[in-house]
Amino acid sequence: MDSMKFSNVFIKDSFSVAGPLESQGQIKTYPLVMDDYYYHEKTFEQAEVKMQRVVMDNLLLRNKLLESDIDYLISGDLSNQISVSSYAASAYQIPFLGIYSACASFVESLILGAKLLDGRGSRKVIAMTSSHNLTAEKQFRFPVEYGAPKPKTTTFTATGASGAILTKDSDKIKIEGATIGKIVDMGIKDATHMGAVMAPAAAQTLMQHLTDFNRKPDYYDVILTGDLGSVGCEIFREYMQRTYGVKLKNHMDAATEIYLDGQEVYAGASGPVALPLVLFNKTLKNGRFKKILIIGTGSLHSPTFVNQKISIPAIAHAVSLEVLK
Amino acid sequence: MNKDEYKKLVDQFTPKENKMRNAFVSFLVGGLIGFVGQVIVTIMTTSFEMELVEACSWLCIIIIFIASFLTSLGFFDNWVTKVKAGLIVPTTGFAHSITSAALDYKKEGMITGLGANFFKLAGSVLLYGIIAAFFLAIFGGIIYG
Repeated sequence: MDSMKFSNVFIKDSFSVAGPLESQGQIKTYPLVMDDYYYHEKTFEQAEVKMQRVVMDNLLLRNKLLESDIDYLISGDLSNQISVSSYAASAYQIPFLGIYSACASFVESLILGAKLLDGRGSRKVIAMTSSHNLTAEKQFRFPVEYGAPKPKTTTFTATGASGAILTKDSDKIKIEGATIGKIVDMGIKDATHMGAVMAPAAAQTLMQHLTDFNRKPDYYDVILTGDLGSVGCEIFREYMQRTYGVKLKNHMDAATEIYLDGQEVYAGASGPVALPLVLFNKTLKNGRFKKILIIGTGSLHSPTFVNQKISIPAIAHAVSLEVLK
Repeated sequence: MNKDEYKKLVDQFTPKENKMRNAFVSFLVGGLIGFVGQVIVTIMTTSFEMELVEACSWLCIIIIFIASFLTSLGFFDNWVTKVKAGLIVPTTGFAHSITSAALDYKKEGMITGLGANFFKLAGSVLLYGIIAAFFLAIFGGIIYG
C-alpha cells in the first residue's frame, strides 16, 4: 500500500528560522532570521540544535501549548546519527521519534505524524526538520573554509529550521493524503549532482500518487518538489514526459524559490529545510494555491558509499494538502 | 527508461564547465602568485644579501602564512570559487587545506579533533609527494650517478 488518505488531520501552525543568506533571498516573510551561522553558540552543530529548539519553543508559545499537550515529536536532520534532532529533543518531555530520509525527512515526518493522529488517542504532533549549510558541508563534503571548485550541478544546503503542529482539530490547512515512495537507483554516482539522483524518484512517487488517487497532475494547483535544483528540475520534467508521457505545467521546485540569481548557490538550495521554508513562507501564503502536492526528495548517500563508487539510492515522499476556506 | 538512457538524458541537461576558460584563469592566477614569489626572492637576495636557498625558505614561510591567514579570515574559499584552482596549486593550497581542517575540528579536542584531522586533506599530498620524491631520487641516482 503506497498511498493513504487522512480524514481529519490538519496543520495548526508552523514556524521557521532562516539563515543569514536565506533571509537575503527571495522570501522576506520568515518569522525569525539568524544573524550569523553560529547563532550565539560555540559550534555550528550546537547552533543547529538551538535552531530546532527555537522553532519548538515558538510553536508551543504561539499556540499556548504545554509540552504535555504534544503527543509526539518527530524530527530529522542531516547530521551523523541525526544527533541534532536528538539533542534538540532532549530539552523536552515529549515522546520522540528521530527519522532520516535526507531531504525528504520533513515530508516523512508529516506522513508519520498524520498517520499517528489518524488513530485513536493522540491529538497533537509536532513535525520538524532542520539543516545548516556549514554542518552539512563538514559532514558530507570538505572543511567549511576549504575552497574546492564545485560543478554547476551542486546544490547549496539551506540553513534553517522549520516545524509544524499537526492536529485533529479542524483548521485551515488539511493534510488530505500521502504516498510513501520506493527507493529508486538510476545508477548516478555523483554526489555533486543530487538533482539527477533524485529526479526519477520524484517522478515515480508522483505517478504512484496520481495513479492511487486516480488524479491528473492538473488536479493540483501546484506540485512542489523539494530540492531538485535548476538542473534537476529540467531532468525531472523531461523524465516525466519521456517515461510517463506527462507534461507538467504546475511544477515548482523549492530549491529555486529561496535564493536570488546573484547569490552564489550553483543549482539552488537543498537540505530537508528547503521544502518547508518555501511551503510555509511562500506557497501557503499565496492565496491562489488551494490544492498543493508536496514531494520531498532525498538523496540517500553517505560519504563512505560515495567514496566506494556505489550508485546513489534516492527516495521521494508525497503529501497532498488542501487549503480550506 | 533504463540506466544508460537515463545517463544520456542527464548528460544532455548537465551544464558544461568552460574548461579552457577555467584553465586560463588558473594559469594567470597561479602564474601571478609565482611572479610575486619571484619578486620577493629577488628583493631578498639583492637588498638583504641573502643566499638563494635561504630566501626561498623565507618565501615559503611568507606564502604559507598569508594563505593560512586568509583562510582563517574566510576569504580563501570564496576566491577559489572565482579564480579556480590557480589559487590552490602553489604552496598556498597545502597551507589552506591544513588550516581549514584545523579550524573545523579544533572544537572537537586537540587530539581527537585537531590532531586527528589536521592532515585530512593534505595527507594525500604528503604521502604521494614523498613516494614521488623517492622514485625521482632513485632515477636521479641512476642517471647522474
